[in-house]
Amino acid sequence: MSPTQILAVEHLSMSFGGLVAVSDLSFDARRREITALIGPNGAGKTTLFNCITGFYRPTVGRLQLAHPDGASFMLERMPEFRIAREARVARTFQNVRLFAGMTLLENLLVAQHKALMLASGFTVLGLFGSRRYARAEANAIDKARYWLDRVGLAARADDAAGTLPYGAQRRLEIVRALCTDPVLLCLDEPAAGLNNNESAELNKFLRAVREEHGTSILLIEHDMGVVMEISDRIVVLDHGVKIAEGTPEEVRHDPKVIAAYLGVADAELDHVDAEVAP
Amino acid sequence: MEYFVQQLINGITLGSIYGLIAIGYTMVYGIIGMINFAHGDIFMVGAFIALITFLVLVAIGITAVPLALLIVLIVAMALTALYGWTVERIAYRPLRHSFRLAPLISAIGISIVLQNYVQVAQGARVKPLPPLIHGGYTLLEGNDFAVRLSNIQVIVVVTTLFLMVGFSFLVARTRLGRNMRACEQDLKMAALLGIDVDRTISLTFVIGAALAAVAGLMFLLYYGVVDFFIGFLAGVKAFTAAVLGGIGSLPGAMLGGILIGLIETMWSAYFSIEYKDVAAFGVLIVVLIFLPTGILGRPEVEKV
Amino acid sequence: MLRDNEPSKPPAFVAAAKEAALSALVAFGLFVTLIGVRTDQGPTGALVLATRFGPLAAIVAAVFVAAFIRALVFRDATAISLGRLVPPRVTAVVSGLAGYAAIAFLVVALVVPVLAYTNRYYLDLAILIATYTMLGFGLNIVVGLAGLLDLGYVAFYAVGAYSYALIAQNFGLSFWICLPLAGILAAFAGLLLGFPVLRLRGDYLAIVTLGFGEIIRLILLNWQDLTGGPNGISGIPRPSFFGLPFTAGENGFAATFGLKYSATHRVVFLYYLILALALATNWFTLRLRRLPIGRAWEALREDEIACRALGVNTTTTKLTAFALGAMFGGFAGAFFATRQGFISPESFAFGESALVLAIVVLGGMGSQLGVAVAATVMLGGFELFREFAQYRMLVFGAAMVAIVIYRPRGLVSTRTPSVFLTERKVIPAAVVQDARTETPA
Repeated sequence: MSPTQILAVEHLSMSFGGLVAVSDLSFDARRREITALIGPNGAGKTTLFNCITGFYRPTVGRLQLAHPDGASFMLERMPEFRIAREARVARTFQNVRLFAGMTLLENLLVAQHKALMLASGFTVLGLFGSRRYARAEANAIDKARYWLDRVGLAARADDAAGTLPYGAQRRLEIVRALCTDPVLLCLDEPAAGLNNNESAELNKFLRAVREEHGTSILLIEHDMGVVMEISDRIVVLDHGVKIAEGTPEEVRHDPKVIAAYLGVADAELDHVDAEVAP
Repeated sequence: MEYFVQQLINGITLGSIYGLIAIGYTMVYGIIGMINFAHGDIFMVGAFIALITFLVLVAIGITAVPLALLIVLIVAMALTALYGWTVERIAYRPLRHSFRLAPLISAIGISIVLQNYVQVAQGARVKPLPPLIHGGYTLLEGNDFAVRLSNIQVIVVVTTLFLMVGFSFLVARTRLGRNMRACEQDLKMAALLGIDVDRTISLTFVIGAALAAVAGLMFLLYYGVVDFFIGFLAGVKAFTAAVLGGIGSLPGAMLGGILIGLIETMWSAYFSIEYKDVAAFGVLIVVLIFLPTGILGRPEVEKV
Repeated sequence: MLRDNEPSKPPAFVAAAKEAALSALVAFGLFVTLIGVRTDQGPTGALVLATRFGPLAAIVAAVFVAAFIRALVFRDATAISLGRLVPPRVTAVVSGLAGYAAIAFLVVALVVPVLAYTNRYYLDLAILIATYTMLGFGLNIVVGLAGLLDLGYVAFYAVGAYSYALIAQNFGLSFWICLPLAGILAAFAGLLLGFPVLRLRGDYLAIVTLGFGEIIRLILLNWQDLTGGPNGISGIPRPSFFGLPFTAGENGFAATFGLKYSATHRVVFLYYLILALALATNWFTLRLRRLPIGRAWEALREDEIACRALGVNTTTTKLTAFALGAMFGGFAGAFFATRQGFISPESFAFGESALVLAIVVLGGMGSQLGVAVAATVMLGGFELFREFAQYRMLVFGAAMVAIVIYRPRGLVSTRTPSVFLTERKVIPAAVVQDARTETPA
């Protein structure tokens, strides 16, 4: 893998019984870049995400992740919690999955589970009030406060996550993922259901995260405003197959992409293909 | 060899009874995703109703066995179905949108209610019934052992087969069956398409209870004795059968039932009779851990 | 405005009467066989019949009346929520009082032996309540915090009791050594049970744990050499006051403290012992809730998939919950063994698991105070109706159903966060998830 790559997807296929969701997919995501995955519904984007984050085991293919310090991980063999913990890949979900009955603060503390467990001596030391744990918890709370401030949720830190409005829930889920200090952040439709203002805020926020923390971002999104605005590279999927890859400009004008989204009559397809023959 | 064949016959007979109860579990789980913990006790109630109906018929002078059996069958099925319907209406329907543990806890409560209700109403002692159906056939002989197929065993297996066929027809070909399958696939959508979901679910419980009543009658005839506690064990074993066969699958329930009946009979015959229930629980645990979708079940992919 | 030809009252009565008649018909169908006829074993061993048409008619009539009233008065309500009968302000005030209630409870618990010194009956009841409260605390870790539905908790109670009995009898070690050993063995049992069930979903987990509970009971019943089979183990060493036996002799507890010997001394000691154990369990659980493991348990209950996505090893988290819950059950079992002096498999049937589960669920999952209150109410209520023997189990079952329908979140239906930034706000139960792996709607 080259030093600019953070994630290399090689010949990935995922089938469920007879249904092929993703077929022979290869692309890479680059370090400190925002890579977007787009495509019509049913294209296999969330399936791909689930493979990358370890919730599905790919039928065929390799998923290699490389940290800046050189550590390399074969994600296709790892269970999801190890991918989150050791490979430091964090994700959000298409249908927001928060700990609804726990407060925002508690949600963010769960995200820092590993550090806190170590500091509490796997609970034993923590039971007897060790100072090391108290300090670690204070640090964790500070980090949580920092991220809540960044998305304007600090005032509601002690409210139950389930009582937040939808947009706020999405923001919470993103900062919860960020509390794990990920190297790669996978966002599944973060802009879904957001209005224009909120989308603009999201764009600003994601760019800032990338700049300040060096996090690489992989993004599934339907909102073209967001995608075109912040992505460095875009990968287009349709029916489980990659049909285009490139910068937003390149992808925007790719006739195959247009055909996938808007449809082209079969009779015209050969004509269109011939036109764009390289 | 002869001994083995006898155990085979006994196992299949017992398994048929388990299978009839298992169908009730599998149907209810398929349609609303709930383990009806009280279903075993419905079976027990069915057995008691059959017993009492028999005794009443004898008391009023109807002693011709085939006629009495038929009447008892109908009455037991009808009244036990009523129990199934009532339980669903009172204890499960209000909880359909509640948290996931709620119907299970309610079912546990109903199980306790049914067991104690029967205990209070009829006393805690076992209730014997003199054998009503005699005779049988000797199939094989050898090694000082005669393999017997009793008439009761024939009746049990034949009745079960008959019900299975009738029931499969119901599910595959009738509108009710279609509604049930639709509700199994997607309850909300079925409701949106105009299917009376409440009624379909009620009927599911009713049919399950009726089949459990048949199982209860068969149990009564086969073993000649019932008590208020038979529901618990039979229930767990029938549930094991449903899971083994593939929960949600009707032929699976019957297949599972037969397998469990065979396992239990073989275990008692060749290993140890005290631990036969442990064998049943053991199978349950092994199946749930290693083959949770069962033999004929459909593999479920968890949607993330 | 009432018009002259507008029909008024009668149809409402008629409709209600029709409904009531239908209900009565259903009741008749349900009860005609099992209540209308009574079977008993006659002199020859065969069953004889006796009719009970009187009680049958009475019950059917009662159903008719009740259904009539319900149809007439509560026409528009399909199920009355008791929650709505209580105005929200009252609920808020009561929730706020929860902290004080806990202290009041504690104070009463501490002085019970003083109040009930002369009345052995109440003292025994108090010990019973405290024992079940402790069991409730233990199960609360598994069911209330981690959201793992365990229907076989009695297995750990049994392992603790039998371990204690066998170790104390065969090795003659003191209570204070046997108790932790029993707990450790129970914890092992918890791990053994936990391993296979890790990947199972809620209902299946429940059934498998039920199976395990039954297997343990059957083993205890049949492994005569080790456990004494149905006869159990008797002659279990009684507790001593840190070495001073509770006997009437010179070296006994009474003599050493200059008191007149009374059998009640030992009972009071036992009470404070179980109270101390229960309080220790409570303290432990409250501490754990504030530690990452406790938070991980609650997160597991809320959404297991999100947990895994955050790097939480749900396997070890579940195993820890099982093991710790089992350990406390084991401690309670050890106490039970030494209190009774005799144990048999009869005390460890599924009914116990159901009772403890009912205490946890009806107390309000995750709430320690709720568990204590539920144990008191249920066991106290049980004892109140002692004369009704069989009927009280019937009522218990019906109460379980009624409470889960009308007050599904239990007595204490709020959750208190374990940590806060500026202010500790109590979360209403409606928001809290329990043991789901699907997305909340």
